[in-house]
Amino acid sequence: MSKTVAVENQAAEFKQITKQLRVDIIRMIEAAGSGHPGGSLSVIDLLTVLYLKFLKHDPKRPDWADRDRLILSKGHACPALYAVMAYTGYFPKENLMTLRKLGSSLQGHPDRLRLPGIEFSTGSLGQGLSVGLGMAMAAKLDKKAFKTYVILGDGEIQEGQCWEALMAAPKFKLDNLVMILDHNNGQIDGHVNEVLPIDPMEDKLKSFGWEVSAIDGHDFAQIEKALSQAQKAGQVPHAIIAKTVKGKGVSFMENAIAWHGKAPNKEEADRAVEEILNA
Amino acid sequence: MPKATRESFGEALSELAPKNPQLVVFDADLSKSTMTQDFAKKFPDRHFDFGIAEHNMIGAAAGMALCGKVPFAASFACFLSGRLESIRIAVAYNKTNVKLVGTHAGLGIGDDGASQMGLEDIAAMRALPNMAVLQPADAVETKQVVAWALAHEGPVYLRLTRQKLEDVHDAGYHFAFGVPDVVWEPESKPRHYQTTIFASGGTVGPAVSAAKTLLEKGFKVRVVNVATLSPFGPESIEKFTLDSSRFVTVEDHNVNGGLGGAVCEAVAEVGTPIPVVKLGARSFGESGTGEELYHKHGLSAPHIVEACLKNLD
Repeated sequence: MSKTVAVENQAAEFKQITKQLRVDIIRMIEAAGSGHPGGSLSVIDLLTVLYLKFLKHDPKRPDWADRDRLILSKGHACPALYAVMAYTGYFPKENLMTLRKLGSSLQGHPDRLRLPGIEFSTGSLGQGLSVGLGMAMAAKLDKKAFKTYVILGDGEIQEGQCWEALMAAPKFKLDNLVMILDHNNGQIDGHVNEVLPIDPMEDKLKSFGWEVSAIDGHDFAQIEKALSQAQKAGQVPHAIIAKTVKGKGVSFMENAIAWHGKAPNKEEADRAVEEILNA
Repeated sequence: MPKATRESFGEALSELAPKNPQLVVFDADLSKSTMTQDFAKKFPDRHFDFGIAEHNMIGAAAGMALCGKVPFAASFACFLSGRLESIRIAVAYNKTNVKLVGTHAGLGIGDDGASQMGLEDIAAMRALPNMAVLQPADAVETKQVVAWALAHEGPVYLRLTRQKLEDVHDAGYHFAFGVPDVVWEPESKPRHYQTTIFASGGTVGPAVSAAKTLLEKGFKVRVVNVATLSPFGPESIEKFTLDSSRFVTVEDHNVNGGLGGAVCEAVAEVGTPIPVVKLGARSFGESGTGEELYHKHGLSAPHIVEACLKNLD
C-alpha cells in the first residue's frame, strides 16, 4: 500500500516538473525562432525520469569517469534535453534563451565540445546507437558498472546503421545498454507508418535478441517500471518502446506533423503555455 | 626488404599493444586483409569484429574513444571513405580519438578491380576538419606513423597499400608529422632543380627510379615524400618553390583533391608561379596487375620521367 502511494506521489511530482520543462521548451523555441517542439514534447517525460531518478550523474562533474552515459540520438529534440539539464544544474536556466544563437553553448543540435554533459554530438540521425554500443563495450572491457542509455526517434530507426547496431549489441552481450525508442509516429514528411513503416517494432527487436518492454511513454509509473527492469544483468541488451504523442501537452501541436520543426510565435507560445500549466 | 605497408601496420599493432592497454582494434570482416589477425590472435579481448557493417564499426569506435580507448578501425580505404557521414560526425566533428585505417589503397591492389580501389579517400578525408591524413611510403615509416597515430590525441586517417613497397628510407629515418621529407636527391646537389617530384605511398618507389633515370640523362631532380597529406599548406612546400623550375606530383589516387590538389592549393597560396604536372588516376580503376595499372594509368617511372621532361626548353 505504502509503496503504491510513494509511486503515486512521485508521479505527481514528475507531472509538476515536466509541466515546467514543457513551458521551458516552448519558450526557448519561441525565443530562438526555430527548432523542433513536436519531438521535444514527446520525449520530455522519458528524459525527466531518466535524469531525476535513474542516471548516475553529477552536473558539477560532467567528466566523472563512472557516470552513466546518455545519448540523445534524435538530436533535434535537444530543447527537451537542455531543459532537463538546466533543471538538474548543468548550466543556469537563463542560458536556455540563447538556444540557436551565435556563440551559444546550446547549439541547434547538441554539441559535446560546447556543452559539458553532452556525451556525443548528434543531429545526423542513425549514429547514436552505434556510439552508445561502443561506450557499453568500453564499460565491459574496463569492468565498469556504468550504463549507457540511447534515445532514438522512430523516424530515425529507418536509418540502416541503427540495424547494424541492433545486430551487434546482442553479439557483444551488452546488458549495460538501454535503447529507448520515442515512438511518436511523426517525421518531417508525414506519419512514420506512411513514410516508411517500421512496425511491428516489438517483434523486430525481440527477434534481433533484445529484451523489450513496450510502454506508454507519458505514464511515469510505466516509464519507471521499464527502466527498473532495464537495470537487470543477463547478457541481453534492453529496449524500451515508448509509445508517445508528438507535441504532447499542447492540443494544437499534438500529432500535428506541421509542428515537427516549427517555432511558435508569441501568441501561439502563450496559448501553449497556458494549456500546459492548466492541464 | 619490400613489404606492404598493411603488413608493417599489423606488426606495429602487436608490438605496441603490451605497453598500451588502451589500444583496441576493430575490423569489419576483413581482418585477414587489413593484417590485424596477428593482433587478434595475441590480444583476443582487445579485437572486435563488427561484421560487414562499417558505419556501426566507426560509431562504436567513437563511443569507445569517448571512454578512453584508442581504437584502430580498419577496412579497405574505399569502404571507409564510403561511410563518410559516420566519419564526418562521429570522428571528425566529435573530435574522437579514433584511428581509421584504410588498406588496399589505389590502383596498386590490381586484380580485384575498380570497386575495391580507394581512389577518392584522401580527397574526402582532407576536407574534414580535425582529421590528420597520413600515408607512409615503406616499412620503416609505417611503424613510426602507427606509433605516432597512437600517441596523437585526435582523429587520424591512415592510408595503406596492399602491394609490397621497396624501402625508400634507411633505418635511421625519423618521421616528423606535417613535414615532407626529401627521400632522394643527387649526391652533388644542384643550386636549382629542374623538377621536384612529390610522391606519397605506393608512388614514392617509381618516383625514385624515375629520378635515377633522369640523372643518367643529365637532369637533376629530387623526390619529396609526402607522408602527411593533411594538414598540408604553403609551409609544407614553400622551400621547394625557391629552387625548382617545375613540380610533378604522382599519386595512386584521383588527381582531384589528393596530393596533386594539395600541392596546387599550396603553390597558389605561396604565390610563386611554378607549373605543376599532376600524375594520378583520372578515371575509375579496373582489373589487371598493379604494375600494369600503374603503366596504363600513367603512374609508372617512365611516365614520371616524361612529365619531368615535357615541354622542356
